[in-house]
Amino acid sequence: MTHLELATDDGHTLRQSTVETSPLAIRGLTVSYGEKPAVFSVDATFRDGSMTAIIGPNGAGKSTLLKAALGVIRPLSGTVTVYGKPLAGQRQRIAYVPQRASVDWDFPTRVVDVVLMGLYRQLGLLGRAGATHRAKALACLERVGMADFANRQIGQLSGGQQQRVFLARALAQDADLYLLDEPFAGVDAATEKAIIDVLKTLKAEGKTVVAVHHDLATVAEYFDRVFLINVRKVAEGPVGEAFNAENLQKAYGGRLAMAQIENLQLTAG
Amino acid sequence: MLVDALTLQLGYNATLVAVGAALLGISAGVTGTFLFLRKRALVADAISHATLPGVGLAFIVMVALGGDGRNLVGLMLGSAASAWIGLLCVQAIVRRTRLAEDSAIGAVLSVFFGFGIVLLTVIQTMSSGRQAGLDGLLLGSTAGMLRQDAIVIAVGGALTLALVMLLRRPMTLVAFDAEYARSIGVEPARVDMMTMGLVLAVTVVGLKIVGLILIVALLIIPPVTARFWTERSERVVAYAAVIGGVSGFVGAAISASAPALPTGPIIVLTCFTLFVASLFLAPRRGVLAAYLHHRQFQQRVHVRQGLLALAQQQPVYEPLTIRLLARDGLARRDGVPTDAGRARAARALRDEHRWQIVQTLPEYEAVSGLYDGLRDIETVLTADQIAQIDGIIGGPREMPA
Amino acid sequence: MSGAEFVPLSLTPILIGIFTAVACALPGNFLVLRKQALIGDAISHVVLPGIVVAFLVTGTVAAWPMMVGAAVAAVVAVVLIEAIRRLGRIETGAAMGVVFTSMFAGGVLLLERSDTSTVHLDVEHALMGNLESLIWLDADGWHSLLDPVALAGLPPELPRIFVTMVAVAVLIWVFWRPLKISTFDEGFAQGVGIRTGALGMALVIVSAVAAVAAFDAVGSIIVIAMFICPPAAARLMTNRLEMQVAWSVVFAVISAVLGYVFAGYGPLWFGGVNAVSAAGMIATTSGVILLVTVLFGPCRSRTGAPSEG
Repeated sequence: MTHLELATDDGHTLRQSTVETSPLAIRGLTVSYGEKPAVFSVDATFRDGSMTAIIGPNGAGKSTLLKAALGVIRPLSGTVTVYGKPLAGQRQRIAYVPQRASVDWDFPTRVVDVVLMGLYRQLGLLGRAGATHRAKALACLERVGMADFANRQIGQLSGGQQQRVFLARALAQDADLYLLDEPFAGVDAATEKAIIDVLKTLKAEGKTVVAVHHDLATVAEYFDRVFLINVRKVAEGPVGEAFNAENLQKAYGGRLAMAQIENLQLTAG
Repeated sequence: MLVDALTLQLGYNATLVAVGAALLGISAGVTGTFLFLRKRALVADAISHATLPGVGLAFIVMVALGGDGRNLVGLMLGSAASAWIGLLCVQAIVRRTRLAEDSAIGAVLSVFFGFGIVLLTVIQTMSSGRQAGLDGLLLGSTAGMLRQDAIVIAVGGALTLALVMLLRRPMTLVAFDAEYARSIGVEPARVDMMTMGLVLAVTVVGLKIVGLILIVALLIIPPVTARFWTERSERVVAYAAVIGGVSGFVGAAISASAPALPTGPIIVLTCFTLFVASLFLAPRRGVLAAYLHHRQFQQRVHVRQGLLALAQQQPVYEPLTIRLLARDGLARRDGVPTDAGRARAARALRDEHRWQIVQTLPEYEAVSGLYDGLRDIETVLTADQIAQIDGIIGGPREMPA
Repeated sequence: MSGAEFVPLSLTPILIGIFTAVACALPGNFLVLRKQALIGDAISHVVLPGIVVAFLVTGTVAAWPMMVGAAVAAVVAVVLIEAIRRLGRIETGAAMGVVFTSMFAGGVLLLERSDTSTVHLDVEHALMGNLESLIWLDADGWHSLLDPVALAGLPPELPRIFVTMVAVAVLIWVFWRPLKISTFDEGFAQGVGIRTGALGMALVIVSAVAAVAAFDAVGSIIVIAMFICPPAAARLMTNRLEMQVAWSVVFAVISAVLGYVFAGYGPLWFGGVNAVSAAGMIATTSGVILLVTVLFGPCRSRTGAPSEG
């Protein structure tokens, strides 16, 4: 991979070549629900092989940014490229983990069937899941510590278990870029540990991980890059540089007390 | 003929029916609004279809007791009883099982209606039955109506309206704020049941005029139409009453003016005409207004984004943005800004910087949430406040040429 | 009962009832899971204006124009519902109520105002169908099933609804995975490139085609009962979608057979002499099955974890 840009992480003049190699590059993205833009004129260039946290206050457009990047929501303006090409031909390279609460867990299906959904592109329309596919789904469940639950009805899972099943489904996709929407929201400590271990393994394998994240206290521990957003982009860069008091103040404004920021023991901004 | 009908010149029966239909329309509009505000519009569909077995059983019972099976009051009582059972079934299914309300409504309305049809075929074969004009209750039929039925309809319409007026206050309270209503001792669940009771009353009175298949339209279309004209709930109630009343009156009159104009469908289509007009022409929510507004909004976003890009000397990516900038004389077709464009761009960027500062200052917390990339900062801050912020920035920066 | 009596008088109505019930119950499973059961209600109402307009345009009651007319009406209805919902920011239920009642009213009015005396098209028929009349007079026993001359005299509704049922089943089988994925998790489905909007519309069109083929034979009530009751009852029997669909087919078949038998012979048991509406009885039977599962179904309660935890 060629990273040609030189220390320009404040995001103004990245060279075009970075956009071409970036797993996910967003230019001038504006998304609006009705009259008020939820995301305004955002540029983002996620780095290949990095683990990036998207952070910002509630209603800052974090999930909207992910959904627009996936083409789930249609933006008012802006372009999205995945590995330098338009999204349409690149979907097999992306795995998406939606918010757990976005689905009805009373749906009549089993855990292993949910994971098999991750093989959709591989199987195509008429392909039916065979023994190898089941083995693969089980292996993915194993990676998130859920192999024993394969035949459970999904309604019987706890919140943390649901989240792990969603992650297993993403693993089954064998993607290069993983987009996760609040993977740690409302999960137990064991699940949080299991998920972050899997994500770190992915990074070690050279995959790219982008996650909407809420808990500022764990940003530095879990991620190597941050993307701060509050309707527009506030900052983007390595945790050591961009995750500083000044940027947090810009993103969260009065909603984050100075004392909280000091508790994070950041490098000076 | 139509003019005669509209001016109540078609005889005593037609006049009574038109007045009854108007009163029914007003009651339906008001009741329907509360139903609509509680997002339960289609429960009314289950209630109205569930009247059919009651109608059939009432007929059979009245004949068995040696009376006239077509007695309208008896049929109305029977229909009310079975509709109430239908409503209880919907609620029991939703509460006791994993099925959602839509499935419960669909199941109840189709099964009750199906059973009602079974009873109708039983009646057809009864020696005293011979169809008995009960089909008229499916789609409404006021042609050749008995004097006494016309009186029942007019009185029924008036009674329903009186009931609506009586229950208006608690229903309003619950529709606006169910939590608050509970806190002052008005139990939302009970008020909801009262609303359902009114739906039942409207359905039963409307059986003969609109028919049980279409009566639900009179409960749903007026509030939906009214919603296009106002954002305020209490006005929705008033407008829905007017729309329902006009539809009932005009529809009944048109239907009486010529043969082969079944009352129910005509009333519903009158109402629908008002709806379509509102859908397109309403001043803010109408299709036309909304389309123009959306285009304008999208153009504002593009121009603003383009200006910010120019100010930061970034390339403008989107053709539409460049076109819009060129149209406003802010940039050339190749994306190079004009002088006017440079000035506007610098102002836009300055506003962005001001907003950034505003968002970091705790004292402006209330204001900073208003940021959406488009709002001019002058509209939310005073000149003094802006001056203070500019002091922090160090004055507007000029854009390098 | 002997074949000589059963085959000409009861076999074809029973088969038509079964095929109808299954053709509607299959897509009904997805409608129920998507909380779109009332789309089935809306479709069954707008089939009438679709058919009437098709008749007015073509001047015949041939099957194909009717099918096309009904499918177009269903699409128009869904587009209108969606437009009203978005433009007016009106909840789906109310938007549906506006559209299907108005279209139905329009259909009734058109029917009353046009001369349909020469063809078999009236409101009562549209609501109740006439399953009992779809008899096979050319048959005189089981051996007629192998007699080409007798087979040529089959009521045309039978092959039509059979083909429709097979087509619906094949389509559901082919699109099983995208349907299942997008019903469970629409966001993820879009993420893997499933065109959920088009798929949802296709489901509605398939339902509409099933509805119109069925409508022709059995009227609109049993159509909506079959869209909703067997899948809803099946939902309370199992926690697997595959099993749910299987149960719904079983329930649909039972409703059709028992409903027809009760309608034809039930009154005799009670001393009556005339049969009652078979379509109405089939709907009633499906309701009784649903009632039993509501009271005793092994999976009748909601599952799903609390949001925390």
